[in-house]
Amino acid sequence: MISGHLAHRTWLHAVPARGKLLGLAGLTCIAFWIDEPRLLGLGFAIVFVNYLCLGREARGRLKLLSSLAPFFAVIGLFQFWSVGGEAAAAILLRLCLMILLADLVSMTTPMLDMMDAIEPVLRPLSIFGLDAMRLSVAVALVIRFVPALMEEWMTRNEAWRARTGRNASVRLLPAFLGGVVTLADRVAEALDARGFGRGRKR
Amino acid sequence: METRSIVRAALFAALIAALGLVPRIDVPIAAGVPITAQTLGVILAGILLGARVGAASVLLFLFVVALGAPLLSGGRGGIGVFFGPTAGYLIGWIFGSAAAGFLMQKLPIGSIFLRALVASLIGGVFVIYLFGIPYLAFAAGLTLDKAFLAGAVFLPGDILKSILAALVAKSYFASRAPIK
Repeated sequence: MISGHLAHRTWLHAVPARGKLLGLAGLTCIAFWIDEPRLLGLGFAIVFVNYLCLGREARGRLKLLSSLAPFFAVIGLFQFWSVGGEAAAAILLRLCLMILLADLVSMTTPMLDMMDAIEPVLRPLSIFGLDAMRLSVAVALVIRFVPALMEEWMTRNEAWRARTGRNASVRLLPAFLGGVVTLADRVAEALDARGFGRGRKR
Repeated sequence: METRSIVRAALFAALIAALGLVPRIDVPIAAGVPITAQTLGVILAGILLGARVGAASVLLFLFVVALGAPLLSGGRGGIGVFFGPTAGYLIGWIFGSAAAGFLMQKLPIGSIFLRALVASLIGGVFVIYLFGIPYLAFAAGLTLDKAFLAGAVFLPGDILKSILAALVAKSYFASRAPIK
């Protein structure tokens, strides 16, 4: 199953998902109120040490944050020129703190637990026609079809490379998208045949 | 939402994820410059599926990312992505996809390429930046003009993706009737 969740158990796994989400919301609000870089630095250091203590797999995730480096560089430079080094440090520390904190929650909460935790929040949306069962099926379909669609794309890519010697071109996209829509309609028919849409307006 | 729309939204959400995870795609009109095709998937979801189902597919994709699936370009995922300075762009994807889908259906332009190009530029660039820039300004404590400058480095690539989306839409609709 596709998941960013850490396979091995850590102390944070034992904390209920709802508690972690509420803690994250509370700490994020507090971080927005603090402008003192030393205090934000201390908060960042605590979260960072916790991150490192979660093991090698968690430390490997830090590499993924490198994609934000250009943004941080630009933000830091602009802030340094306009409001000075201290304010720039406070803003960058606050952003890093919030991202790492949220990542800690995601890494230590299985997707099903996360879904259960936010289900009460989604319940009122049923008046707009969003029911939890249909959402669960849609989430399951996304997770199931990501590897299937990637495999289909790679097959087309290989065929393209064999003929042209180059990487996949956007020329492959229209036919690929047509295939996705056709596949979606077949899956919908199969679901309806099993009673998924029964009793609902078609 | 009927079953067909739910499944189309789910499969396009999977497609947006897959396009962000597959290796590079070469773009002939950009002399082989590699691009991440995830935003292209967002724009195409609106243009090909319509405003409602397109926006639903992007919303579903972001929901699965928030649940913890590492499906964003580069393998990022989890609620951490909504706490970064670029979260506004992600929220803008939902409205951008809806705007692109709405304009694709409503614009009184005969040529599919031109209609898709205008829809992509407004939905895929203007609307996404409309959410991305103010949030970047808020999260990073920048003024709006500085936030725009910070985000402007991605503008040429996003315009290029809009042109590509229009080309793909033209080719797609050449063999299929527009989706109702």
